Amino acid sequence: MDQLKNSETLRLYTGFYKTRLNARFRTRKPYKPDDPKIVLSFIPGTILDILIKPGQPVKTGDGLMILDAMKMQNLLKSKVDGKVKRIAVKKGDKVSKGTILIEMD
Amino acid sequence: MALNKKIRELHEKREKLLLGGGEQAIEKQKAMGKRTARERIMALLDTDSFNEYDLFVEHDARDFDMDKKSLPSDGVIIGSGTIYGAPVAVYAQDFTVAGGSLGLMHSRKITKIMDHALKMRMPLIGINDSGGARIQEGVNSLAGYGEIFFRNTISSGVIPQISVILGPCAGGAVYSPALTDFVFVVDNISKMFITGPEVIKTVLGEEISMEELGGARIHSEITGNAHFFSRSEEECFEQIKKLITFIPWSNDRKAKPFEPAEPKPEYNIEKIVPDDPTLPYDVKDVIRAVTDNSDFFEIMENYARNIVIGFGRMNGKTTGFVANQPLEMAGVLDVDSSDKAARFIRYCDAFNIPIITLVDLPGYMPGVDQEHAGVIRHGAKVLYAYSEATVPKITVIIRKAYGGGYIAMASRHLRADFVFAWPGAEIAVMGPEGAANIIFRKEIMSSDDPDGTRKQKVEEYKEKFANPYVAASRGYVDAVIEPSETRKFLLHSINVSENKSIQMPFKKHGLPPF
Repeated sequence: MDQLKNSETLRLYTGFYKTRLNARFRTRKPYKPDDPKIVLSFIPGTILDILIKPGQPVKTGDGLMILDAMKMQNLLKSKVDGKVKRIAVKKGDKVSKGTILIEMD
Repeated sequence: MALNKKIRELHEKREKLLLGGGEQAIEKQKAMGKRTARERIMALLDTDSFNEYDLFVEHDARDFDMDKKSLPSDGVIIGSGTIYGAPVAVYAQDFTVAGGSLGLMHSRKITKIMDHALKMRMPLIGINDSGGARIQEGVNSLAGYGEIFFRNTISSGVIPQISVILGPCAGGAVYSPALTDFVFVVDNISKMFITGPEVIKTVLGEEISMEELGGARIHSEITGNAHFFSRSEEECFEQIKKLITFIPWSNDRKAKPFEPAEPKPEYNIEKIVPDDPTLPYDVKDVIRAVTDNSDFFEIMENYARNIVIGFGRMNGKTTGFVANQPLEMAGVLDVDSSDKAARFIRYCDAFNIPIITLVDLPGYMPGVDQEHAGVIRHGAKVLYAYSEATVPKITVIIRKAYGGGYIAMASRHLRADFVFAWPGAEIAVMGPEGAANIIFRKEIMSSDDPDGTRKQKVEEYKEKFANPYVAASRGYVDAVIEPSETRKFLLHSINVSENKSIQMPFKKHGLPPF
């Protein structure tokens, strides 16, 4: 029973199985629903311009920031009505995908 | 006398061209740990079997001073030869000539040998080692790629097509291998990607090495683009030769039969599988316990290891095996394993190779990751491939076959020709725990001792339904067999289905969930 030595337990609906877990399963990201109050970079790129200031009230659809990526200028818009709580990047910053750019109140 | 002079002239011309890019370039190639294109062809084919064509082809590019440059044989060698006596058409890109770059005449040589292979109905082997498009030739180079892709597609399912990546294969060039049946890669030598590390860094700011982006290991373990991984070119050629022995020359033939042989006694089929359906074992041992000589030639060994695919021989005849692997992720079907199995099933069907399916799976993989990655459409590929296949389909249910997994794994309902089950098989709509929890919910909830009642109900359910006899009573299973009888039943099934003939409704083509 060499196979049992290195095995872990995988819980499925049909039972608890002794088996090896693969990398895809091990490294999967637990699901988190989108938080509309946090603006993330949806693509890696450069912050070309910041159109708002901390404390400024914004409405859904207002432009917040321009993210330059893949030779395109992407206008990031607010998904909520609220107030800018924090701007986490500066003009000219290079950001990777999924970086927090702005937090709203 | 005059003729002798002409012959001498031919020898001189040949000798010069046979050196490709010249001694310096050859030295560079060796320093990279690579063989030359010509050495590769010689290593792959039977001794003295190679007939070369188009040695004297030259490019006719005129722009950018290209008219002053001579590129021997335009950087690619084509011809035909044999592997263990079987005819094969071959092309090998010569990196020592302008980095193996693809210009118009280079591509015309490749398409010439592709047309030849299709017409003569023989396998095509392409050895890729090229820096990509020859920029000086502009859109002519793109046209060349397009002509190759078109032929790859038209030949698909008619003749076997094998791609060997022995150097860089970047940009559009990767789509020829991607359209072929089997892709071979070698550690530290093969590099495949659409956009390289430099472009990725410039555009996206992500830094990665060539090896991590598209090296042999990445394509064997993560992307699923490669089917065979090896540590050296030599090992790679051995794998190709072995593959050639398992497959037919074309789709109107069967693979050449071998001398029948018994499995090796060290694979004792009665001792491999634990009774407890939650315990693991290596399903490859079960395959080796039934194949001739216990020989199993695995394909995509390191990708989606929860399903095992490959070739073996049964009484000398090439047979495709598809088996759930309880050792890895409990053998679940998920996005990657469905994709892997479905393509192989279609390969076997295209090339007249019977399929034996060994079933032991807890079902499809749950999770947000899987659902969002499209496990519905990828899982559907398995159903599609099995249903559509008209080659003999033989299924052995070893242990668990629950729910959708039972249906997908070549069940009677997808027109398996023979379905056998071992006595310990559990064929049910779901695992006993889950089923009992739903069916006896009220009794369990209202009991003074819910856990005790649950256990009792699970046992009851197991006793009544978690066995092969309910399915056998409906004729969904043809015979409940002892593990030791497995090979006997498999051999008989393959023998009697030699002349299998079924009609499918006419269609231009189906719409598998690509």
